Amino acid sequence: MKKTFTYTALAAFFALGAAGQAHAVVKVGFMLPYSGTYAKLGEAIENGFKLYVQEQGGKLAGQEVEYFKVDDESNPSKGPENANRLVQRDQVDVLVGTVHSGVAMALAKAAKDSDTTLIIPNAGADAITGPLCSKNIFRSSFSNWQPGYAMGPVALDKGHKTAITISWNYAAGKESTDGFKESFEKGGGKVVKHLTLPFPNVEFQPLLTEIAATKPDAVYTFFAGGGAVKFVQDYYAAGLNKTIPLLGSGFLTDGTLEAQGESAQGLLTTLHYADGLNTERDNAFRESYSKNFPALPPDVYAVQGYDAAQLLAAGLKAVDGDVTKKDAMRDAMRDATIDSPRGTFKLSAAGNPVQDMYLREVQGTQNVNKGIAIKDLADPARGCKL
Amino acid sequence: MDPIIFLIQCLNAIQYGLLLFLVASGLTLIFGIMGIINLAHGSFYMIGAYMAFALQPLISQYAGESFVLTLLACVALAAILGYFLEWAFYSYLYHRDHLQQVLMTFGLILVFEELRSLLVGNDVHGVPIPAWLQGSISLADVMTYPIYRLFISVVCIIVAGLLYWVLTRTRLGMMIRAGASNREMINSLGIDINRLFRIVFAMGVALAALAGAIAAPVSSVYPGMGQSVLIICFVVVVIGGIGSIRGAFLAAMLVGFVDTFGQILFPAAAGVLVYLLMAAILLFKPEGLFKQG
Amino acid sequence: MQNTLRGLLLLILIGLVAVLPFFTTDYYASLAVKIMIYALFALSLQLLVGGTGLVSLGHAAFFGIAAYFVTLLTPDTGAGNFFVLLAGALIVTMAYAAVTGALALRTKGIYFIMVTLAFAQMAYYVFHDTKVGGGTDGIYLYFRPELRIGDWTLLNIDNSYVFYLFVLGCLLLSWAFLAVLMRSRFGAALTGIRVNEQRMRAAGFSTFGYKLTAYIIAAALAGVAGFLYAAKDGYVNPELMAWEQSGLVLLMVILGGSGRLWGAIIGAVVLTMLQELFQSQSIFGEFAKNWHLPYGLAIIALVALLPNGLTGLPEQLRTRRARKAQLRAASAAQDSAS
Repeated sequence: MKKTFTYTALAAFFALGAAGQAHAVVKVGFMLPYSGTYAKLGEAIENGFKLYVQEQGGKLAGQEVEYFKVDDESNPSKGPENANRLVQRDQVDVLVGTVHSGVAMALAKAAKDSDTTLIIPNAGADAITGPLCSKNIFRSSFSNWQPGYAMGPVALDKGHKTAITISWNYAAGKESTDGFKESFEKGGGKVVKHLTLPFPNVEFQPLLTEIAATKPDAVYTFFAGGGAVKFVQDYYAAGLNKTIPLLGSGFLTDGTLEAQGESAQGLLTTLHYADGLNTERDNAFRESYSKNFPALPPDVYAVQGYDAAQLLAAGLKAVDGDVTKKDAMRDAMRDATIDSPRGTFKLSAAGNPVQDMYLREVQGTQNVNKGIAIKDLADPARGCKL
Repeated sequence: MDPIIFLIQCLNAIQYGLLLFLVASGLTLIFGIMGIINLAHGSFYMIGAYMAFALQPLISQYAGESFVLTLLACVALAAILGYFLEWAFYSYLYHRDHLQQVLMTFGLILVFEELRSLLVGNDVHGVPIPAWLQGSISLADVMTYPIYRLFISVVCIIVAGLLYWVLTRTRLGMMIRAGASNREMINSLGIDINRLFRIVFAMGVALAALAGAIAAPVSSVYPGMGQSVLIICFVVVVIGGIGSIRGAFLAAMLVGFVDTFGQILFPAAAGVLVYLLMAAILLFKPEGLFKQG
Repeated sequence: MQNTLRGLLLLILIGLVAVLPFFTTDYYASLAVKIMIYALFALSLQLLVGGTGLVSLGHAAFFGIAAYFVTLLTPDTGAGNFFVLLAGALIVTMAYAAVTGALALRTKGIYFIMVTLAFAQMAYYVFHDTKVGGGTDGIYLYFRPELRIGDWTLLNIDNSYVFYLFVLGCLLLSWAFLAVLMRSRFGAALTGIRVNEQRMRAAGFSTFGYKLTAYIIAAALAGVAGFLYAAKDGYVNPELMAWEQSGLVLLMVILGGSGRLWGAIIGAVVLTMLQELFQSQSIFGEFAKNWHLPYGLAIIALVALLPNGLTGLPEQLRTRRARKAQLRAASAAQDSAS
């Protein structure tokens, strides 16, 4: 029985392992969450990417694009093996992923080890364009620090002198609140307390009571997804929104307004994208996206996916579609100017977008653009040796 | 800490504890009376929440805005689901050892989550708070406390009382308690133990679903919400003593307080405190605080 | 004759596994290493579950603690010494096992399951919530430990094929170690404790001491598996200690069959291959992303239909056939009597 099993196993290995190597094709591997809380974000990113390719007639720099997908389930411990599925089994030329920062860390390591080009269309971990920066790693989204830093001047502008920051006790939360603290305190403000709760706990009541007891001028927060919905609702129900303005990174109100409803109205957030930008580029993108994906609103995730494709296209154009010319392609990507729906941006030396941060206000189910909070904000890329 | 703030934090702790009790009571009933470890109990909590989300628009369409009606519908549907599940799946678990029960219900969690993903998708949803429960009451000018949270606590207390009454003052309760101590005797007395267990299971599922439905407006409805509640629930059941409703109540309160004050006083260790509590209690009382019953 | 045949088959099997990387892609060789590491992990749990009758739902804690410690103890500038790092990681792991085991073993049955879960969750939250190890994002192990004594490099495990053989070697050594252990007086005592602890105690055995020793040994072996895991991919994360991991390895042990040592290995292979199968887009296409559904159903079916696991299947079929024969004989006797 053992022998039969071994033979069957070997046969299975061969059957599953057959992977063809084709030319004149660019193999793009998506490592995105297709299940779990972030599934919608993964879908939006993939939609955005494919939309751009479609607009170019289905080809980038004359190359057909072949897609591979792996569901990373937002589980960092499966990160290396999922990345290996795309890199070793499917042998993709370019990796596009992911949403969760922990998974992105695993993905970055796999990309570095195998020298595969990686474009990150969301995960904002500062470390990826910080100490872990590398010539083959690019980001078409943001670093956690950026939206936080942009809110500092806004808070000071409104006359707030003291603030409390609150978030989950994980890297993304810390980096975002650290960004806010940096610019807020640089301008003379003081963050009196930093409250955290374990991720992904959503029992906020005790901490809301703490905030009420401390009475700061404002509260800055980073939450996303289900936690963002609950926090905003709880904040409102505790009556705190009347006395202590709530400021947040854009993810507090992105994709969550339908669920938050009344509790989110009037909230101010900063992000590299907003509704109602009303530029030609953005309007064209939104129209095209809505036409192709009528059930989904064009959001920042779709834009990030769209721009990831633009980034890749810029690189491919420079090498005439020859993905084997890795260095030339990556240099071109580093130097590219991306005509994004959010506005034009370039990448920093560390691979992160240098972009405008918009101030947005929630009106109805839209995050309406209220102007630019900081123009051409670059992440300081602390620890990056590039 | 300011005494008023202290009192408000106590209120938070009690409310959290009461909701935990609602879920844990179902788990300890199933565990204690039927001897089944059900890892999928968190999934019933999730099912309740998703049912509330799905039924609310339907009910407002046909029967007018009635939150109470939605809750009752969720409880009824969950009970039916529980009755069916016991017959279709759980009845096969009685004769198996705990390990097999753990693993089979582990597989069930995966199945439930994926079915949910296929049927309802992966979005985060909100359930609106009914108009008559909206608003907050002022607590000593520091902050306002949402009326809805008080409603949750009241419902939990009512259900706790009902549960106690059923178990100690009714024939059904008597049969349940008897069945727990001596299954064969019950059978030989002519009571259909299978139907009895089916009813108990339905009750357990209904309790968890009610907790999910009633918490939905404040906790929102999202994938994975079952898992986060599950482990804490097991801790509550083990601390309280398997099969003891009284124990589950006390344990839930303990956990509520430890968790709430832990977050304020020791934020870095907040996640660990509840487990330290469990380990500490089990050291002195290796079978939990109370015996069955 | 039976034994020689079995031994020969085993050698052929090992030989086949050893040369596997030459016949398949990098991905599948890497998958094979992962299977071997998990097989080692499952073997360590088998000592507790099948050997001593202790069902632990917190075994992943030891896997994760060792994985984290090899990462934390590796110097920033270059590779660490394998033996030093292994010793360091195992000391911490065994210490944690000693303390938590001493406390957990005061409980029995379901309470033991829950307490082991609790201690694993505690370890999980320490790495998840504090700065000790990079929090939820995890940390990198940049340099695989070097196998050297002084200046003499024994094996270059940076080479992926050498590492593959090294992991295979560790797995076989551990299996041999456990086989010998179970056959020793110590192992016999554990079997006795599993069958009837009270009787053992009446016979004068200090069962607590035996159970605790088994617990610590199992933790150490799980630690070795965790160490190898960190060395393999160079990335560790708190999810390695999550209760789902403990559940997964328990599943491997039961699926393979807790009656035999090599059941753990079979369980690891089968479960990992099942995961690969259900996630395969070439077979399931669009539905591959819903792989949890068939996977969950498969788990339920396998546990339900194979209570003694895969290695217990021949015995299960034999008992069924014997029972059927008995019934037939009984009814035949009835017919002839009436």
